[in-house]
Amino acid sequence: MNRDVERHKLFNRRSAMLLGSQAVLFSALVARMYYLQVLESERYKTLAEENRINLRLLPPPRGRVVDRFGVPIASNQKNYRVLLIPEDTRDVSATLDSLSEIIAFGPGERRRILRDVRRNRSFVPVTLRENLEWSDVARIEVNAPDLPGVMIDVGQSRNYPYGNDLAHVLGYVAAVSPEDLTGDPLLELPGFRIGKAGVERVHDLALRGSSGSSQVEVNAYGRVIRELERKEGQAGAEVQLSIDMELQSFTRKRLGDESASVVVLDIHNGDVLTMVSNPSFDPNSFNRGLSSEEWQSLATNPRAPLINKAISGRYAPGSTFKMCVLLAALEKGVITNSSQVFCSGYTELGDARFHCWRKHGHGLLSAQEAMAQSCDVYFYEIAKRTGIERIAAMAKRFGLGAKLEVDLPGEKAGLIPTPKWKRGALDAPWHKGETLIVGIGQGYLLVTPLQLAVMTARIANGGFAVVPRLTRSVSQDGVWTENIEASFESLNLQPRHMEIVRNSMIYVVNSPLGTAYKSRITEPGQEMAGKTGTVQVRRISKSEREAGVRKNKDLPWKERDHALFVGYAPIENPRYAISVVVEHGGGGSKVAAPIARDILVEAQRRGSASSVIRTAMPRSAGQEKSSLEG
Amino acid sequence: MREDSLNPPEFTIGQKLRNIHWFFVFLICLTAAIGIAMLYSAANGSFQPWASRQLVRFGVGFISMIAVSLIDVRIWLRFAYVLYGLSLILLALVEFMGFVGMGAQRWLDLGYFNLQPSELMKIAMVLALARYFHSLTMEAVARPTRLVIPLMMVFAPAALVLRQPDLGTALMLIMAGGALFFVAGVRLWKFGLVLVSGLIAAPVGWQLLHDYQKRRILTFLNPEVDPLGAGYHIIQSKIALGSGGLLGKGFMQGTQGHLNFLPEMQTDFIFTMLAEEFGLVGGLGLLALYTLLLMFGAIIAMRANSQFGRLVALGVTVTFFLYVFINIAMVMGLIPVVGVPLPLISYGGTAMMTLLVGFGLLIGIWVHRDVSISRRGGDEV
Repeated sequence: MNRDVERHKLFNRRSAMLLGSQAVLFSALVARMYYLQVLESERYKTLAEENRINLRLLPPPRGRVVDRFGVPIASNQKNYRVLLIPEDTRDVSATLDSLSEIIAFGPGERRRILRDVRRNRSFVPVTLRENLEWSDVARIEVNAPDLPGVMIDVGQSRNYPYGNDLAHVLGYVAAVSPEDLTGDPLLELPGFRIGKAGVERVHDLALRGSSGSSQVEVNAYGRVIRELERKEGQAGAEVQLSIDMELQSFTRKRLGDESASVVVLDIHNGDVLTMVSNPSFDPNSFNRGLSSEEWQSLATNPRAPLINKAISGRYAPGSTFKMCVLLAALEKGVITNSSQVFCSGYTELGDARFHCWRKHGHGLLSAQEAMAQSCDVYFYEIAKRTGIERIAAMAKRFGLGAKLEVDLPGEKAGLIPTPKWKRGALDAPWHKGETLIVGIGQGYLLVTPLQLAVMTARIANGGFAVVPRLTRSVSQDGVWTENIEASFESLNLQPRHMEIVRNSMIYVVNSPLGTAYKSRITEPGQEMAGKTGTVQVRRISKSEREAGVRKNKDLPWKERDHALFVGYAPIENPRYAISVVVEHGGGGSKVAAPIARDILVEAQRRGSASSVIRTAMPRSAGQEKSSLEG
Repeated sequence: MREDSLNPPEFTIGQKLRNIHWFFVFLICLTAAIGIAMLYSAANGSFQPWASRQLVRFGVGFISMIAVSLIDVRIWLRFAYVLYGLSLILLALVEFMGFVGMGAQRWLDLGYFNLQPSELMKIAMVLALARYFHSLTMEAVARPTRLVIPLMMVFAPAALVLRQPDLGTALMLIMAGGALFFVAGVRLWKFGLVLVSGLIAAPVGWQLLHDYQKRRILTFLNPEVDPLGAGYHIIQSKIALGSGGLLGKGFMQGTQGHLNFLPEMQTDFIFTMLAEEFGLVGGLGLLALYTLLLMFGAIIAMRANSQFGRLVALGVTVTFFLYVFINIAMVMGLIPVVGVPLPLISYGGTAMMTLLVGFGLLIGIWVHRDVSISRRGGDEV
């Protein structure tokens, strides 16, 4: 049939046209393929790598801090958390119900959990509770079959087993604040903690270690498929302090509620065996995060628990300064051991009258007797003869008036006033009377308890410029880096003058006339030498002096005298130097000296200054005694 | 009649089997084998869950294809309208009884398996249109009034499919129908007329589109506006494709697919995975294979003695082409994301069945290429 042939021809013609247009369309596909896979290939390859590779930081375990005998004083505690993986349970609510038989969830907490479950992808673990008790962990593990999707996760959190006892020295770790960011990516990890105070801050970089990294391949949902590359970080270094933790705790206990500070030094190498500032705070609470009420009560407490009084508290040294004055006088030669001064209860300079603490005077006194009874008139007299410049220079040789550069933040320099200083700071001339006031350790003079302890150590060790040392060594991967003991320079003082000063300090404690006689150590071979100090914090007016000075116990706390004591022990071959400052504690002999005595007895009993002990550093926190308690 | 005398005597089954275009069948098997290998790779080197099931489906489909190819074209002619009517009813049923899968209502649950009537319609519409145009003289084709019925035949199922909503299938039906109109001899200016009226109606049609369809078209125009939302598919697909480069990352080494950056990689985006793992070379290879299949389809169509056979063969070929083009153009970001699988490769039973039955028809037309059928239709032996 012709018609069909015609139709067939038309069909073929049009089919060919159709085929042609299909070929054109396929060419478009080929062109597009070429564009994507050849021309733009490099760009897409980069995008593909970014798509699949995720870099994760591996936070290193923070280094431990141990005391001189290897006792861990800052370590990492296992922090047990209970997590829920929503995709592993059929019914989140039912699982929470079963779990609340072990740990109770408040309605708010429950809402928070359900919200987290909703917000995250179902394989992302949701934290149900942190810092679980070990007993709860055990109960959850036992009941695991009834708790689908619930798992226990072990994190690490900083732990200070001695709590308040060493808070000011150790400092604490806390969450990173924006100003801490240095570009170290570790700092940007959520939950990362850095040292914010004390040793934790000073040695933060060493303790922190360096981060490892793990390159992981992730899928489109962020689920990790496998690890491509892992670079282990370096665990933080272990820091060994010179502190004897037992003595430290003993000291803090001994101080009780007093607002006080105690420093105990090894007079030969400067090891800080004890540094207590009281009252204290719990560094663990900073790690956990303080509530604003807790913070308020710490910050507004008049006894300043957050301040490390041992290095940041500045006090007039009072009579504890008299050793410097005596030495300056001896070195200048204005007095000798046999020179005597008469105390009538006061001395006069121009039309000003300077009173001795003892209203009716001490009579004729030698240097030793003046020290023992802490006669003020004697020291007014020798200070007047010696002059402020010599006294100030001597004070500076004993470490006063300048920072000692101990390994702690916040150290204060204190103040040794000189005419030059006064002109510069106050734009006023120096009055001679001010030299007399400095002679009894008052006036503009300001020292820290640590400086007082160093001064005492330098007297006790025969005049060597020992400096305090808090960090004994830092150990990275078992290699100890010593904080080398420098051979301390001699202060170049006449040995017989040093002898006179030391003898007078022995006399203060061990002569029945001495102000600290009641606090003497009777144990043979452990006897103590020292000097008491009582510092007025208020001005005693003329009328009050005539009517009789009010007793400390009749005054409000803030107006009571500071009680000070510096000392060393034993008398023969001394080893330990101590300074005790009790704020508004009353008299140095009544309050500070007994504290010093008890601590020095304990230090000698324990042998606090014996050589340090190195322990092999445990790698996992689980080996520490603190981690599995409870 | 003269053509009756030209008709060869009835073939035996054996003769028919010998007449099958076995090279064409081989190409089909080769393509399907590539598909199964890709599904194996998509499951990270496992026959579960896709490759093994796809293999079974292909087996069943393959037998159906051969069986269909043995059926005389005249039988298809006779039942063309019946099949079309049935498909239309099923399509309407989806409206009321279908269940929602992947955000669209396309499936009928027949207990044993789920039926997607829109797929059936792709074959049935070709058969019905072929029969209709077969019966028209060239003069009749030129008369616009005679085109009303075939237009209805195209737009009725297309409208139903669009309501499901399945934009891809609706477009395929319209385009396959259009191709048949074209080869049947409808004048080009008439297409122009339909196109112009279509463009005029487009703003109205836009209002009828679902939000997700509008979004797809908008994000197609600028996928970067919403990289994690609707544009995500296209961007990820382009990254996977582009990162494959010239030679690809190697079998089962494609990272984007295996790490789930590629959405629905075992179904609509399987070409992306293939091009990621085998590169430009692999993609062009598959395209060449498809081209061969299309060419043989066109040859079979042109060689057929009856207009019905020609139209059916061409309809099947065009449908096949549309599958290939729409899918590949979509994954390369040339056209919006519409849910059209890659024929013989993508995981999915219904499309596989449609294609293999279609190929069965095509081969059947080759087997019965010398059979002539009168305009009035029917078996006139």
